[in-house]
This record gives sequence, structure tokens and C-alpha cells, in this order.
Amino acid sequence: MNDNFYEHLTQFTYLVATALFVFSLKWLSHPKTARRGVLAGVLAMTAAIGGTFLHYEIRHVVAQSGFFDALKWIGIAIIAGTIVGIPLAMVPLTAVPQRTALSHSFGGLAAGLVGTAKYMLWYGEGEGALTKFRMTAIIIEIILGYLTFTGSLMACGKLQEWIPTRPITYKNQNLINLALLAVAIGVGVLIVFKPMLWWLFPMVILFSLAFGVLLIIPIGGADMPTVISLLNAYAGLSAVAMGFVLENKLLITAGALDGSSGFILSVIMCRAMNRSFTNVLFGAFGQVKTSAAVTEQRNVKSATAQDAAQLLETANLVVVVPGYGMAVAQAQHRVRELYDQLTKRGVDVKFAIHPVAGRMPGHMNVLLAEAEIPYDKLIEMDEINSEMPRVDVVLVIGANDVVNPAARHDKGSPIFGMPIIDADKAKTCLAIKRTMNPGFAGIENELYYADNTLMVFGDAKAVVGNIVKELSDHGGMH
Amino acid sequence: MQQLDLWSMLFVFMLATFIGFELIRNVSRLLHTPLMSLTNAISAIAVVGSIIIAGEQKTTATTVLGTIAVFASMTNIISGFLLTDRMLKMFKKREPGK
Repeated sequence: MNDNFYEHLTQFTYLVATALFVFSLKWLSHPKTARRGVLAGVLAMTAAIGGTFLHYEIRHVVAQSGFFDALKWIGIAIIAGTIVGIPLAMVPLTAVPQRTALSHSFGGLAAGLVGTAKYMLWYGEGEGALTKFRMTAIIIEIILGYLTFTGSLMACGKLQEWIPTRPITYKNQNLINLALLAVAIGVGVLIVFKPMLWWLFPMVILFSLAFGVLLIIPIGGADMPTVISLLNAYAGLSAVAMGFVLENKLLITAGALDGSSGFILSVIMCRAMNRSFTNVLFGAFGQVKTSAAVTEQRNVKSATAQDAAQLLETANLVVVVPGYGMAVAQAQHRVRELYDQLTKRGVDVKFAIHPVAGRMPGHMNVLLAEAEIPYDKLIEMDEINSEMPRVDVVLVIGANDVVNPAARHDKGSPIFGMPIIDADKAKTCLAIKRTMNPGFAGIENELYYADNTLMVFGDAKAVVGNIVKELSDHGGMH
Repeated sequence: MQQLDLWSMLFVFMLATFIGFELIRNVSRLLHTPLMSLTNAISAIAVVGSIIIAGEQKTTATTVLGTIAVFASMTNIISGFLLTDRMLKMFKKREPGK
């Protein structure tokens, strides 16, 4: 067979892979077909990898030095990647955001390394090989790749709480960060025009690595859903840039699919917090001053687990508003028991999911699905809000800012304008909370002081457990 | 086979981005976490470039860089697909046998 045949075969497998990637995302749109989407993705990747081994350069090496010598390092890397990849897929679902951040960082690293290798190869071929187009593509690839690498590692460290989750700030932070990015881009532009000045290249790498670290340091835990989505987009775009460097359409297509996904998720996350990209990246949310209302003493009505059980039992429609605190307390399985007890009594139980609940987009849905709560009971914020006035009891577990009515009317509040779940509009609101301390952002939540709100103090897991116990003790009354 | 030119690559990029937007907008919010781990695996398509660099064995340095890149991408492929499937298995409409 001649080279031309293999080249066509490679391109054909790439074409098939592209189509399968599109189907993969299309099938993922609904839980019914989603697993078929994974299968399509696996087939696409297999086709892509298989087609790549037919590449001219690789067949050339195989022909010269034999199958084993030519492919042993790739084989070892594939086996090692598999060995590391399997445990990473088995992490607890609360740790999925960290795993995702780590995965973006690997993606960025791969792009950065391939860009570096390509520069070294073309540098060896002389100035003629380092065209402006190739250099531009390489510089974009390595800036995106390396900043995604360190930025995602930082995000992973923050989510895993290896480094402090609170924003770390210092004087002139934004100025320093932007200056660093400007220098990285400036040196990058210089090397595009002077490609033989090789020592500029490691400088671009270093500045990009440093920028990635400094970009994430000032970002707090609650902004992680946006940051992860943004880093997802960068990881995708670095794959696109790799496609431009290697003149490979499959890389461009698959990278663009990933990049657009990250971009859309970032926009959804930003909208859900009523903030802009620039505000998330440069705003250092945690720095917002706590409002003056904190010192004011107001009355809070508290209730016991027994009171809560009675209220829930006599309700027709109950809406649970879960927040990240529920996952931290590992309360989701108790919540599931509560769901069982209530549905057994004919109470309609729904879950209201705020888009930023959890540490990454859709995190809360996965945590509840793991507790075997049927997904048709997980309702999006906009949909549940129209039902709120009909709701008998809202049960807030581990959520805080996403149910704070101040977001609707208090112009002085840092969360003003953020879309919230209208828990205050239900007939009764039960809020489970450890103490009256304000949440992460130090914002007082007026929901807790409302006339129709009852506070149940204690650990979420213990409180829900007690409510379930109350219900099951006098079960079967209906 | 002829080389790709800048413009055809930009066309591919633009069209793929638009297709991506349309596909992703239709993904239920329920599934945004699995979506992200699936796209993790998809963007590990960087494995293609990494295999080429590692496989053509032009210099020792580039082969090492390519090999590390193959490792990094492979990790994403394996963990991305496995994790997505593991999460999707949990999404059930009604509890079985009640």
C-alpha cells in the first residue's frame, strides 16, 4: 500500500471521529440517551488514536526501527496514563470538581509540551520553518496551555483545601497580574518576529506558568464553578491552537467543541451570580465588606426536629433547597430517607437546584442522583420559583446566599441582582443551620429573620436524621 | 496530501464552535457535571498531537516531551470517560421496585 492510501485512511478515521464526537455531545443532552453519548465518545477517541498510528512519520519510524522500539515509549505512556486515570475516575462525587480541575491541568500541560516540542523541531530546521503563522499558533498554544496547567493546579489545590480557599490578595494585585500577562504576550509577539532568539521561548513559558498561579490565587471557593468552566474553555482552546500548529482538523474540531462547552458553562455560571467574567477574575469576592446589619440584634424563631417533622408531614408540597453545606455534612443519604418517608405519606417532594449550588456546574444534581433521588424531582431555579407561592414548606439545607432575599431588593448587598430561589415566598420556611454565623461571604441572610421562617439548629446530617426518626417513629398514620 | 491553509483551518474552527454552542445549549442542566467530564475526555484529543511528536522520534528531547504529553492526555481520556459513565449511571427516573 502506498503512503497516499494511509494518509487518506487517517483522514477518514478523523472524519468518523469528528462525527462521533458531535453525536456524543448530542446524546448527552438528555439522561435517557446520555450513556450512549459516552459510548460514541469512546469510539471516536479509539478511531482517532488508531488513525494517528497510521500517520506517515510514525509508520516511517516503525519501518526503520521495528514495531517494538518505535512504539515502546508511547505504549508505556498509554499504560501509565490508564493506571493513573482509573483511580481518578473513582473519586467520591464531592471530589469531582478537584478531579476536573486536575484534568484541565493535564490538558493544558499536554498542549504546552507539544507546542514546545514543535518549536524545538522547527528551530532545528532553521528560520525558514518558523513562519509567522506557525510561531503565532505555537505562542498562543503555549501561553494557553501553560497558564491552564498551573491555574488548574491551583484551582485543584484550593478545592482539595491544600491551599487556603479564601481569596489571597495583596496590593496592586490586578495591576501585577495584568502586567505579567502583558509581558508574556509582549515577549511572545517579539519571538514571532525573531523566531531564532530561542531564549525568549522559555521566558514566555515562565511568564505563562506564573500568570496561571497568580490568576487563581485571589479567587474564592464560591467562585470555583465559574473558574473551572473558564479553565475548561482554555483547555479546549489550547487543543485548538495545537490543531493550528499541527495543521490537524480533528484537533481543531474537538478542541472547539470543548472550548465552546467551557465558554457556555462560564456564561451560565456568571449569569447565575449576576457577575461578569472580569468581576470574577479580578473582583476578589471575599473582600466585600460585611453589611452594617450584622451588629443589629433581631429575633429568630427556632424549632426542634419534632416540630419540623410535623410541619413536613402535614404539607402537600415540600421543596428542598440543597447547598454545598449539605454535601460537606454528607447529609444527602439522610435527605433521601426523608424523601422516602414523605413520599410514602403522599407528600410531593421536589428539589430546587440553583445553578451555582456546589463547586462546579451541575454538581448538586450529581450528588443527589448518587443518593438515588429520581432526576425528575430535581427542578431548575426558574421553574421552581413560579411554583413557590403554592409550596407549603421549603427546607433549606446547607444553602445560604442562593436563598437570600436581599439579592432582590437590597442595593447595598454584595449579592444584589443575583437570581435566587424564592424560599421566602413559600408558606413556611425551615432552615437547617449550625449557628447564626453568616456564610462564606459574610453576608447576613434576612430569610432567617422572616416571620414565616423557623430555624432548626444543628449539623445537617444529624438534624435530617432526627426528622426522619420522628417521621418513622409514628409512621403509617395516613 | 496538500497542507492546510490558515483560512480553511479558521473555517473549521468557526463552524465547530457554532456546532458546539448549539449542542451544549441543549444539554440539560441536570447533566452539566457529566458534560464537563465528557468534554475533558474529548479535549484529550491532544493525544493525537502527542502521539505524533512522541512517535516520530526526531530528537530525544521532543520524544520525552511527547511521551509526557501522551501520558497526560491518556489520563484524561480514561478518567474522563469512566467518570462520566459512572455518574450517568446514577441518574434514574424512578426508584426500582418500590
